[in-house]
Amino acid sequence: MTAGDSASGAPFGSTAREAATDGPDIERTVRPRVRRGLGGWLLIAVPYLWLLTFFLAPFFIVFKISLSEVAVAIPPYLPTFDLAAGWDAFVSGITALSIDNYLWLTEDSLYWKSYVSSIVIAATSTLIALIVGYPMAYGMARAPKAWRPTLLMLVILPFWTSFLIRVYAWIGILKTEGLLNQFLLWLGLIDTPLTILNTNVAVYIGIVYSYLPFLVLPLYATLEKLDESLLEAASDLGSPPWRSFWTITVPLSLPGVIAGCFLVFIPAVGEFVIPDLLGGSDTLMIGKTLWTEFFNNRDWPVSSAVAVLLLLILVVPIVLFQNQQQRATEKGR
Amino acid sequence: MAKKPIGPVRRAFAPWEDGNATPFIEFRNVTKRFGDFTAVDDLSLKIYEREFFALLGGSGCGKTTMMRMLAGFETPNSGEIFLDGQPLHGVPPHRRPVNMMFQSYALFPHMTVEANIAFGLKQEGMAKAAITERVAQMLKLVKLEDFARRKPHQLSGGQRQRVALARSLAKKPKVLLLDEPLGALDRKLREETQFELTDLQQDLGMTFVIVTHDQEEAMTMADRIAVMDKGRIVQIATPSEIYELPNSRFVADFIGDINLLECKLTGRNGDSSALRSEIFDCDIEVAQPVEASVGDTVWFAIRPEKVRIGFDKPATTVNRLSGEVWDIGYLGDVSIYHTHIRDEETIRATVANHSRVVERPMSWEDKVWLSWDRDAGIVLTR
Repeated sequence: MTAGDSASGAPFGSTAREAATDGPDIERTVRPRVRRGLGGWLLIAVPYLWLLTFFLAPFFIVFKISLSEVAVAIPPYLPTFDLAAGWDAFVSGITALSIDNYLWLTEDSLYWKSYVSSIVIAATSTLIALIVGYPMAYGMARAPKAWRPTLLMLVILPFWTSFLIRVYAWIGILKTEGLLNQFLLWLGLIDTPLTILNTNVAVYIGIVYSYLPFLVLPLYATLEKLDESLLEAASDLGSPPWRSFWTITVPLSLPGVIAGCFLVFIPAVGEFVIPDLLGGSDTLMIGKTLWTEFFNNRDWPVSSAVAVLLLLILVVPIVLFQNQQQRATEKGR
Repeated sequence: MAKKPIGPVRRAFAPWEDGNATPFIEFRNVTKRFGDFTAVDDLSLKIYEREFFALLGGSGCGKTTMMRMLAGFETPNSGEIFLDGQPLHGVPPHRRPVNMMFQSYALFPHMTVEANIAFGLKQEGMAKAAITERVAQMLKLVKLEDFARRKPHQLSGGQRQRVALARSLAKKPKVLLLDEPLGALDRKLREETQFELTDLQQDLGMTFVIVTHDQEEAMTMADRIAVMDKGRIVQIATPSEIYELPNSRFVADFIGDINLLECKLTGRNGDSSALRSEIFDCDIEVAQPVEASVGDTVWFAIRPEKVRIGFDKPATTVNRLSGEVWDIGYLGDVSIYHTHIRDEETIRATVANHSRVVERPMSWEDKVWLSWDRDAGIVLTR
């Protein structure tokens, strides 16, 4: 046999036999149908009950209020349901509900502008957090094993102080005569103090600072699990380190990136404290709008409608995305 | 497919016996330390082109470090490694003309089989059409044409191993490094793949360096084996030399099964040596000159399959022992008789089970005679 035969020759045994022995290996990945006993159902019932009590029930209360009408009363909306009033009162209460508040949200441009602005601010902050957080997580995952717990601790450390206090601290740093401006003046980089506080820039800084750990932690978990031999294999096959980063590390860390981005984006959209304390009067965020509606205008129904719509805006794309992910994984498995 | 007559062809291939042959890979006084631990200790080694070379040793003997230094993942603390005459020092892994098949296979989980194999070719900047062609060729070589679009986790262990092999061969490297390539396979598949790998290596005419702790794997596949211990090479030789002529008790014990008898050298007579084992109360004559003085402690080593066992007393007075069968290991093809000599020492003798008989003539506690030929064993001085 000559070297030329190698391509046409068959150094490897029959695939038919191989396929036969492969059977169990492939089947193992098909999820078996589990028959649940009473204990199993009880076990599953606990989280569902929890969800029902602490998420769905409050949600339906808010949803009901959003369909009500504002009134000078306690609570400040109509109709209210009184179980003692009987069935007829209940029916008339139901018929009194309307979607007027939702229509109102479309009529006043303030609301959709707030929504759009919130999403833009949250998305931008998430992107900045990703740009800042990825190298952090990467550095942590690549650090010597002995250092990692310490580095992890440093990321979590800010949580030991109240969130509110940390945001207040930023006022001290960012204000015109604050630490940052003093430092930049001292360095000679600027002649006159910068106006950062009460601008969108301050909001970005606040959000990125506050939510960075939520991005770093899941990303670190993914990167830390990354098999180093994959990078060695890539390098062995002729890929320089920077290219291996883009072709191996980044794609394999995507689940961590997505999880981290969601953990930053979702709370950032509805953020109230940061835009209120650090943002200016022109910083438009839905959390602030909701607050004003609720406390200043005492319009519970409209603020409830704002909240429900916010939930829909956030939940629908996430559910769709996760559905698609699920299908992709199931197809892949 | 008809088996090729590999025997004669392989015997003719022995560049290491030719003093003028230039080595393809050369380790020159290479030392590698990890902190206080010396993984590779002042080691020199020559590997020739088209050779199938095995680094064999237990865990922590430095064999993997040797391979990783060759691939560029580790840098030697001192010494130099040459590939095809070029020093490798300072050449990063991605610029070395060697490819490695990883023990874990290290297949990219987010890429299809096709993309995995194409990965190395893409790095070269090869044209798309050429890549497609080469990938198809590789898939055919490892018989995975139908699995091109699968992801690694959708494959069985054997298939993954082939993808890893195809990927490391795709770039036609000058040297292919195999790190315990068959470790994850079950026995049957492993034996099959061993022969397939040797065939492949001969067909492609590449230099293969394999790291393994499995002596059988090394014996089946390699042209030469380097037995390593504590960062040093104990012996480099062909599989049959390693087995029949081990240079030390370590190698004799590491490769296969062997009986070791501590002896005193009692006489040297041209081509043969006379030994005496007090523990076994036995005189031994070996057709082998020994580089030791009379009175020195030496070891007589003999493989179990070279020891005859029977009821009849041998005619000679040397190279024989009387004992009692203490245990019988029935392995199907052969049986191993553990014979107690003088009630304490054990000698193992293997007997091929030539006939299909369940009841063997020899049984526990039978008095038996052990004997061997003058050229069956070997004298070891260390």
